[in-house]
Amino acid sequence: MADHEHHHEETFITKYIFSQDHKMIAKQFLLTGMFMGVIGVIMSAFFRLQLAWPDKGFPILETFLGKWAPDGVMDPNIYLALVTIHGTIMVFFVLTAGLSGTFSNLLIPLQIGARDMASGFLNMLSYWFFFLSSLVMIISLFVESGPAAAGWTIYPPLSALPQAMPGSGLGMTLWLVSMSLFIVSALLGGLNYIVTIINLRTKGMSMTRLPLTMWAFFVTAILGVLSFPVLLSASLLLIFDRSFGTAFYLSDIMIQGEILTQTGGSPILFQHLFWFLGHPEVYIILLPALGITSEVISTNARKPIFGYRAMVGSILAIAFLSFIVWGHHMFMTGMNPFLGSVFTFTTLLIAIPSAVKVFNYLTTLWKANIQFTPAMLFSIGLVSTFISGGLTGLILGDSALDINVHDTYFVTAHFHIVMGLSAIFGMFAGVYHWFPKMYGRMMNKSLGYAHFWITFIAAYGVFYPMHFLGLAGLPRRYYSNTAFPMFDDLVEINELISVFAILGVIAQLIFFFNFFYSIFRGRRASQNPWRSNTMEWTTPVERIHGNWPGEIPTVHRWAYDYSKPGMDEDFVLQTTPLKDGEEEAH
Amino acid sequence: MTTFLTYFIVALAVIGLVQIIRIFELATKLRGEKVIGVTEKENHYNGLALLIVGMGFVLFVAYSFKLWGHLLLPESASEHGKAIKGLWDATMYLILFVFFVTQPLLFWFSYKYRGRKGNKALYQTHNNKLEVLWTSIPAVVLTGLIVYGLNTWNSVMMPDTSKANIMEVYAQQFYWTARYAGNDNTLGEANYTLIRGVNTLGVDINDTASFDDIIVREIHLPVNQQVLMKFRSQDVIHSAYLPHFGVQMNCVPGMNTQFAFTPIKTTAEMRNELGDDEFDYVLLCNKICGAAHYNMQIKVVVETQEEYEVWLQEQETFYSLITSK
Repeated sequence: MADHEHHHEETFITKYIFSQDHKMIAKQFLLTGMFMGVIGVIMSAFFRLQLAWPDKGFPILETFLGKWAPDGVMDPNIYLALVTIHGTIMVFFVLTAGLSGTFSNLLIPLQIGARDMASGFLNMLSYWFFFLSSLVMIISLFVESGPAAAGWTIYPPLSALPQAMPGSGLGMTLWLVSMSLFIVSALLGGLNYIVTIINLRTKGMSMTRLPLTMWAFFVTAILGVLSFPVLLSASLLLIFDRSFGTAFYLSDIMIQGEILTQTGGSPILFQHLFWFLGHPEVYIILLPALGITSEVISTNARKPIFGYRAMVGSILAIAFLSFIVWGHHMFMTGMNPFLGSVFTFTTLLIAIPSAVKVFNYLTTLWKANIQFTPAMLFSIGLVSTFISGGLTGLILGDSALDINVHDTYFVTAHFHIVMGLSAIFGMFAGVYHWFPKMYGRMMNKSLGYAHFWITFIAAYGVFYPMHFLGLAGLPRRYYSNTAFPMFDDLVEINELISVFAILGVIAQLIFFFNFFYSIFRGRRASQNPWRSNTMEWTTPVERIHGNWPGEIPTVHRWAYDYSKPGMDEDFVLQTTPLKDGEEEAH
Repeated sequence: MTTFLTYFIVALAVIGLVQIIRIFELATKLRGEKVIGVTEKENHYNGLALLIVGMGFVLFVAYSFKLWGHLLLPESASEHGKAIKGLWDATMYLILFVFFVTQPLLFWFSYKYRGRKGNKALYQTHNNKLEVLWTSIPAVVLTGLIVYGLNTWNSVMMPDTSKANIMEVYAQQFYWTARYAGNDNTLGEANYTLIRGVNTLGVDINDTASFDDIIVREIHLPVNQQVLMKFRSQDVIHSAYLPHFGVQMNCVPGMNTQFAFTPIKTTAEMRNELGDDEFDYVLLCNKICGAAHYNMQIKVVVETQEEYEVWLQEQETFYSLITSK
């Protein structure tokens, strides 16, 4: 890379706003993701109030929701809008852009030894498309007919027909526009990540020496590039159905006494297209979290990650399988039962690589010397939620068992634990671990502990009891459970869940406080505070453009030589040459 | 004024918190503690907390089945429900076994191997034998589970329906309508373009099979008699969910779906079993369909063949419905 990059003048705008430096773009992704996260999480607190105390008025709801919550009692339409936007924001804006966008950008050049991304300009565009997408999504919250409300999966015809619900009016149009912009952002980012990892690795950084974070981000980017375009097409066709009278997803419909002219389409087609993205999306969210966890666990266990090649193999296996399991979201659509069999088969296979990952994490902890940084605690939390949530997948992925729990709170519990909690724990682990690389300062440890413990307890407190709601037959996306005597017994559990949910939301204040406090007032970081092996810790604390002041160092070993016998320290940087007679064992 | 006071108090609290943290950090600095790494004390307490909280959670999971077990759906009231229960139990035992092994291991290792001064971790990179072992064991177990699952699935979804009573369940925002096939056990053709007036399901009056069809707002099923439910939807996707029978199927506009099952307990028997005189079976909507989705339901009555026939006789046929208006 040319030297001139180090010297050119930077204005405020090129440095902080239209920056092409991957480290700044990472921070932009993180802050935008956090901002969206605040909206998504507050929404969940609101609908938890409604679910636990359906007949009670809460003035705070009227303050925020205005005409949608007269006297503080929510309207069913805004309830559906809240769960829809909560899902959309958490899945896409927080756990895709906020997680992958932040850490892929921050870590890919730093960990492979590159000056920056392959294309800084595309990278900048990727952020600004995300920004626009977020802006449109936020604007959609304020339209007269309300935001999109057909569930985050926006199944037509409900999402296609404004007559079906107010949320399917302008709110839905803006949702689709926002999502299209989002996909452009994800594709620009993803292509850049792939190209960078393939082409810009420093000397000695072979693929088998890549840290597992890199493998996870690399495979995630491939998943995104292959699956997001399908959602873009699905969204475009839906826009056509909504606005230009086509019938890709519509057929034989009479609504509000009006017979629609569209025939020949299939609502199920949309589901196939949606879940062709939707299921890989689960792993687009989860794999980066697992990658971060692998890195954090190994560093803080002071022990090599166990079975590096098996870990890479399971990432690849999970990624491959994730493309051929989407139909397990559709067992009850009336599709041919044979198709259901195929998807049951492929779905349950995912349990194998997932089990391998869990066993490898456990073995990594065995005979370790664990340093409980907040990041490490969140990583262990992730392993726990990954097990708990993954196991219930054996029920939902088995079509015969799915009949009775499909679309109930059992599903809500399952995916919140396995991908919601796991991914958010991974994201927190990443923030605590790489905060020094982002801001040159340390986050406060004690606040980090408080944050972890309350969050961990509240998280299980919310989502474990939810399984029982599902097993009692309670459907998800019900505005209130009062219409059925059979659900009257569930009030107590619902109240318990809401109390934990509100506790969990409040605990995030600790994190936000810690985050912003530490940016300005945190203790100054040393160059390698966690005594880690990977290359990002060889860059100066000052975080210069181009990452390394001189030559990019050469890599001589894999990333996991922790506690290697015969070494002075319990870590060996990847840039340290092998000693005479030393073997690179992995 | 109260709003202003609230903001004021929040601002004060934040400022206070900042100062407390600063004092705290300065104090640790003065004590000369190594701030960046983790102290032995912190390792000890966090490891211990993981053990206690983690094992507490694991124990609570075991206890929760006792605590909340009564909330679960009663034993399935349909024939295929029994087949599913076997698969369910097998899967649950497997899940709980893995859960009660891996979670305690995780929390135990976290505590046992917490960092201590002078301690050094074992340098251990991989063990191919172990990898093969814990790849092949899940593979074998899952193969068994998959085969068991697929057999169950096929028997549930593709039963012999030659002797089934045929009926239709029709979905629209936000209620259900049932149509019985009548004596010929054949439903008359129907089409959404024919919906007008009392013909709310668009049944084709030119199809003679429709004459004895019966359209009602309550589902009655004779016990121990297989029923083949056919589903249509008028507007958006709905899902017919009968939790007590383990039955669920989407109702998709422009598409016909179906589910066959045999109820094995009458409403009266179920009331007896649950000790609840008010109990009724229900079919409810389980796919988000709009504002009143949470209240889209139809009562289901399971009764003896005789009671069923008496009830059916009392209902008006489609032919008389159309011609009387």
